[in-house]
Amino acid sequence: MLDDLLTLCDSVVARAKPGEQVEAIAVNERDTEVRVFEGDVESFTSATSQGIGIRIISDQRQGFAWAGSLDADVIDSALSEARDNATFGSIDEDLALAEPDGVSQPELDLYDESVNNFATDDKIALALELEAITKDRDPRVLLVESVDFADAVSEAAVVTTTGIRVGGRDSGSYVTATVLAGGDDDTQVGFGYSVNRDPGKLDLEHASSMAVERSTRLLGATKPPTERLTVVLDPMVTSQFIGIIGSTMSGEAVLKGRSLFADRLNDHVAAASITLVDDPTNPKAFTASEADGEGLATRRNVLIDQGRLNKFVHNSYTGRRLGSPSTGNAVRGYSSTPSVGTIALSLAPGTRDQAALIADIDNGVLIQGVSGLHSGVNPVSGDFSTGADGLRIRNGELAEPLREFTIGSTLQRMLLDVIEVGGDIEWLPSSAAGLSLVVADITLSGA
Amino acid sequence: MIDQALLEKTLTTATSRGGEFAEIFVEDRQSSGALLDDNRIEELTSGRSRGAGIRVLVGDSTGFAHTADLSETGLAAAARAAADAARDGTGGVTTVDLSPQQVTSPSPVSIYPDSVAKQRKVELLNLANDAARGVGDAISQVSVGYGDVRRRIQIATSDGLLTGDDQVKTRFSVSCVANGDAGMQTGRESAGHTMGFEMFDQYDVTDLARKAAQRAVTKLQARPAPSGTVTTVIGKGGGGVLFHEACGHGLEADHVAKQSTVFAGRVGELVASPLVTLIDDGTMPHEWGAYAVDDEGRPAQRNVLIEDGVLIDFMWDELRARAEGRASSGNGRRQSYKHLPMVRMTNTYIANGETDPGDIIANTDSGIFVAQLGGGQVNTVNGDFVFGMTEAYLIENGEITEPIREGNLIGNGPEVLTSIDALGNDFEMGSPGTCGKDGQGVPVGDGTPTLRVPALTVGGTAA
Repeated sequence: MLDDLLTLCDSVVARAKPGEQVEAIAVNERDTEVRVFEGDVESFTSATSQGIGIRIISDQRQGFAWAGSLDADVIDSALSEARDNATFGSIDEDLALAEPDGVSQPELDLYDESVNNFATDDKIALALELEAITKDRDPRVLLVESVDFADAVSEAAVVTTTGIRVGGRDSGSYVTATVLAGGDDDTQVGFGYSVNRDPGKLDLEHASSMAVERSTRLLGATKPPTERLTVVLDPMVTSQFIGIIGSTMSGEAVLKGRSLFADRLNDHVAAASITLVDDPTNPKAFTASEADGEGLATRRNVLIDQGRLNKFVHNSYTGRRLGSPSTGNAVRGYSSTPSVGTIALSLAPGTRDQAALIADIDNGVLIQGVSGLHSGVNPVSGDFSTGADGLRIRNGELAEPLREFTIGSTLQRMLLDVIEVGGDIEWLPSSAAGLSLVVADITLSGA
Repeated sequence: MIDQALLEKTLTTATSRGGEFAEIFVEDRQSSGALLDDNRIEELTSGRSRGAGIRVLVGDSTGFAHTADLSETGLAAAARAAADAARDGTGGVTTVDLSPQQVTSPSPVSIYPDSVAKQRKVELLNLANDAARGVGDAISQVSVGYGDVRRRIQIATSDGLLTGDDQVKTRFSVSCVANGDAGMQTGRESAGHTMGFEMFDQYDVTDLARKAAQRAVTKLQARPAPSGTVTTVIGKGGGGVLFHEACGHGLEADHVAKQSTVFAGRVGELVASPLVTLIDDGTMPHEWGAYAVDDEGRPAQRNVLIEDGVLIDFMWDELRARAEGRASSGNGRRQSYKHLPMVRMTNTYIANGETDPGDIIANTDSGIFVAQLGGGQVNTVNGDFVFGMTEAYLIENGEITEPIREGNLIGNGPEVLTSIDALGNDFEMGSPGTCGKDGQGVPVGDGTPTLRVPALTVGGTAA
């Protein structure tokens, strides 16, 4: 229970020695996962897990320890380890825990009781139904490789000697389907999902049609020639890119000279159509949250305002170092100290849907998916190239499928080369929302 | 860990609803880390995680539950949850008699990291920071990380198996940023082994630091990478990640069972250039992916997957091996007690060839030389893969010339395997890696001699 977590954190913080700042974060999670295959349950997992992280700042030095258990003896040893670790840190006069800043927490409805009342057999039935409708959806479906149902409830509390005392809980559930389509010479894989805080509201049709469409529409794909052209990024792809752009707006990257935008505040770094917002207070966002990892209220921050770089995000430490208050962007689990990051990003949507965007393009490519983005983007230099697949756009219409090519540019140029932002915003199961994005002058490398 | 009588009792509970097979996996993991960034020792961290995962098999279904409560009641609750999840309703009492098996680790430890003073670890960070910054004024930021982990595991099954392992790993990494007229570039170098603090007798941290810094500085002069299909020479060591992605994942028996790999049904066929012998070897002493027993209690093995281009076998875990009536190949691994095991690679490498690596470059008119690779990804269904190059150069008229900027390389696994046309005699293992599959990360090693692929697609920005 959440009250128990708060009480536990209170008891840790109460053991602070004179001159010490102590922070305790405790987490309790319960989750189930069902995987079905060919009409049977392949695996069923049920689990609870707990953990605590203790941070101590003493004599301007910081130490940390964590444990995957809330047992008293384990907490005792984590506290003494954190205390010992603090003696080895460098002296840093800006080190301090967050303090209440008067910003009140948004009231978001992140917990749905229904997740507790959804019977095990109903979970299995849901997964089996998704498998069945997916298998029969299209004759080109060779195999439904896996179908998963999962749900989780998590509770977290943060308490500090500086007066922070917050707790929250949320619930979630999802289904996913992975489909193989094609024949002997050509097989493509596609993935679909549906997410909801209430498992009874999961949309099996959406998950099924998405997986089947994404696998079948790439059948017969060929490798395109190398050229520079305009691309339309599918919402899932845009989401991944803006997540990386968001990482360059972290106060920690700025402070440590690792952000390509460090000296660019107030410059026009993007096309005028780009407004990038981090807003965990928006309940539609998958990663909406009421408090950040230091227990401060989350808030809406405009990072890029109509192309102008407006703001970086901070936790209390990077804010203090750079002369700004925390923006409520401390991110962490119980096994790490707070770092800085965006929490729920989105671009301000335009007005037109994807089909209308495509209709304006004579020769281009719709990028359906990217792979290897984590290794292909350097968020420090801004260079990127990533494996991709998608569909040719010819004379304003979608044409043949393409695969085994890369798209490349730099993040800096890409932001300036945005021609139009789509109106088709999708709140994906990710820390960044998606929408279609039209970008000019991208290098496509193929044959 | 847990005593034999309690393990037997818990297994009996786990099979009380009619399970054909039950297993307890107990894990106790202690870790410590230290991070230097921006000229400061930012933090020392200690972590502890222990618990047990219990699975029960009934037919093709697996029930699984895990708990951090290792008391008799905690284990009994998890055992009942796993049994319920895999129930077939027949019930019955199975008595389990465990027979302990002793195993010898391929990676004995000389100096346990928790016996080393924290101050000594902090000193290593400072030494590396000073060395990296000493490379030149262009170095604008340095981050140095130290980490160690001791993972003790215990596996007991209803078949009577009782075994365990004590795995100690140590790692060290340096990341640098260099600032030049054309923006910033990064360089990274890391070392990691299944061994204790004696790793630092083998590695000079100032060497690692200078290499990382030099890599960042070199890239300041780099020109945009070419775009399109080019001849690619992959350098020794880290090039092994190419094979991890290009074919390793496709040789995992769980993918094979679902026909979701291009290699399904091709054992005995020529699937690669006759130059290629691909091995997955969990017994390589002190390598990052080494262990005595896997996370299902099976001894690690040296498994030849491809020999002289011919596909010999896949990699197997217990579940897939049972279904085929054969033995596991010791490749059943899991991220932690909270995860179900699945088929995973260990240390995967291409065996040495016979050609002088200098001759491979000299015989390449034009192309690129990739000295260091980053992470990668593969679509096992069609074999398309991608991976990042973090240090690369142009080859012009048989010589390595200018550095080129970062980009991805893409290709198709089966095509690349068959097209390899030169293999060097300079085999080396690469940097420690973490392989991700189905949401679980496990430590893996890879390695290769220098080799040449006639056509890979480079995703540069130069049109």
